[in-house]
Amino acid sequence: MNGPVDVARPFRGRVFRYGDHVNTDVIFPGRYTYTKSRPEEVEPHALEDLDPTFVGRVRPGDVIVAGWNWGCGSSREQAAVCLRYAGVGAVVARSFGRIFYRNALNNGLLAIVCPEAVDVLEEGAEVEVDLDGSVIRHGGTNFGFAPFSPAVRSMIAAGGLIEQTKRRLAG
Amino acid sequence: MTEVGRPADMARTFAQKALAQASGHESVAIGEIVDARPDIALSHDNTAPIAEIWRQFGQDRVVIPERMAVTLDHAVPAPTVRHAQNHAEVRAFVAEQGIGHFFEVGRGICHQVLSEEAVVLPGDLILGSDSHTPHFGWLGAFGAGVGRSEMAVLWATGELWLRVPESIRIRLEGALGEWVTTKDVALTLIGDLGADGALYRSVEFEGPAIAGLSLDSRAALVNMMAEMGAKNAYMAPDEEVFRYLAGRLLTRPGRRKGRGAEPGEAVEAVAARLERRALCPDPGAAYSAEHVLDLAAVEPRVARPHQVDDTVAVGQLDSVRVDQAFIGTCTNGRLEDLGAVHRVMAGRRTAPGTRMVIVPASSEVWAEALDRGWVEDLVAAGAVFGTPGCGPCMGNHLGVLAPGEVCISSANRNFQGRMGDRGSEIYLASPAVVAASAVAGRIVHPREVAE
Repeated sequence: MNGPVDVARPFRGRVFRYGDHVNTDVIFPGRYTYTKSRPEEVEPHALEDLDPTFVGRVRPGDVIVAGWNWGCGSSREQAAVCLRYAGVGAVVARSFGRIFYRNALNNGLLAIVCPEAVDVLEEGAEVEVDLDGSVIRHGGTNFGFAPFSPAVRSMIAAGGLIEQTKRRLAG
Repeated sequence: MTEVGRPADMARTFAQKALAQASGHESVAIGEIVDARPDIALSHDNTAPIAEIWRQFGQDRVVIPERMAVTLDHAVPAPTVRHAQNHAEVRAFVAEQGIGHFFEVGRGICHQVLSEEAVVLPGDLILGSDSHTPHFGWLGAFGAGVGRSEMAVLWATGELWLRVPESIRIRLEGALGEWVTTKDVALTLIGDLGADGALYRSVEFEGPAIAGLSLDSRAALVNMMAEMGAKNAYMAPDEEVFRYLAGRLLTRPGRRKGRGAEPGEAVEAVAARLERRALCPDPGAAYSAEHVLDLAAVEPRVARPHQVDDTVAVGQLDSVRVDQAFIGTCTNGRLEDLGAVHRVMAGRRTAPGTRMVIVPASSEVWAEALDRGWVEDLVAAGAVFGTPGCGPCMGNHLGVLAPGEVCISSANRNFQGRMGDRGSEIYLASPAVVAASAVAGRIVHPREVAE
């Protein structure tokens, strides 16, 4: 297990490229949803039914680039958690299933809508993702994306929704 | 009183009205982010892992026990020791926290049960750690799915931020033809608009056809909008909905203030109170898209593996052999669905090499189907019945698929591997088409078998 990368600072990795409408069943199969919940339990199953070679190849800071509606389907949060703990720093897509989008950011996995980057970035491309700069860098090209709100950035800086809520309730 | 910057006199969508009410504002703008306080927080077998997250907050008590509804439905009865342990943890948590609404193994699928039990009422906001929570739009509530962490935060704080979505209006005209159901309507819409055709948006149905749809049919259509990416979906509740819920409230005393019925109260009085709770979009509200569908033009449709929006007319698939036919789920496991199956299968048999699995959506559906003699007829026709719940829908148990097997299903998702091995295939269709395919052994129009 690679474990999560710190996405609050710029990070580098390679691109794993997938298609449109990749659903949460193939990201984290439903047959495990009521018996596996912790990061170390879910990480080995990341993308199991989409790309069984993924877990063996992914390195910390790697980035998934996909088409429309990434993460559609079930609300299962393990779909975000398994990618995060496999070392994925960001999913860059044309659009996201709405529950996956929330789950990803709540767990410190960047979900970035950036069609320009999706148009260009190919499998294996080396990229740098800069949250503060709202930019994805590849070679000499910069792909800007809409900045995340201060609230989302402070949640990510806090380590995600749970850590942020702990502080809020303790505060 | 009108708040500054919030023009209350403008025409508003259902989503605007529901989220304004749930966030304590007179009105809210589309795109605005509000802190909403849901009337009901739904969770199911995932309650135990959510509780594990919640305990990290260091609270002794959840802040909204009376608003919480927990149903064991996703893998019931427990198929493995690990599932059994999960259920045991859920029961312990429910007892410890005094959860307001708890439904045991076998009562049925959360969305069906909370409807039958009138736990969710018109105008409510219900958030659920389940992606089919938009289901409750059939009775005029705003239902949306959230993740486990968000549910834990909800238990701890009673509120969650939501963005007020753009709305799509879909006007339904005409009447359904013979052998055509709202499942076919849903598959037609999803096929036309795409699996992301309503992404992030509120789907608001209207039109003269709605009054002619049974409550079960309405629920199936609204439920399926989750597969179009919708945040929530909605149908204006009418007298039939109010009376359905009122009758149920009268037989379930003891609800918290403002949400129940007084003993001996007339159904009409309770129904009138529910009508006052209902929220309807204003004429002239702002929609990001408007569609009109003539139900008379809809034909039975089937979604092919592995995408819900890859739909074709049923007649194009008659060379597809079927290993398993599955009837059930929050989409199409209700009484009307079992009735359609009975109409097609009674007095006939499943084809050699094809098996039929039926999982009623609730114990009430199951009991009524028994009472009507349908179960006996369907067992004679070769069907097997599972405990009310989600059944094999997401591949946990009760009818999972082997490599290379083909299933035709009345469920909502045909994603690769969802019902078992990743080399299996799922076709989605109406209960009538599923039943006809079980008899024929291949995917056929119901009239081929039943007429």
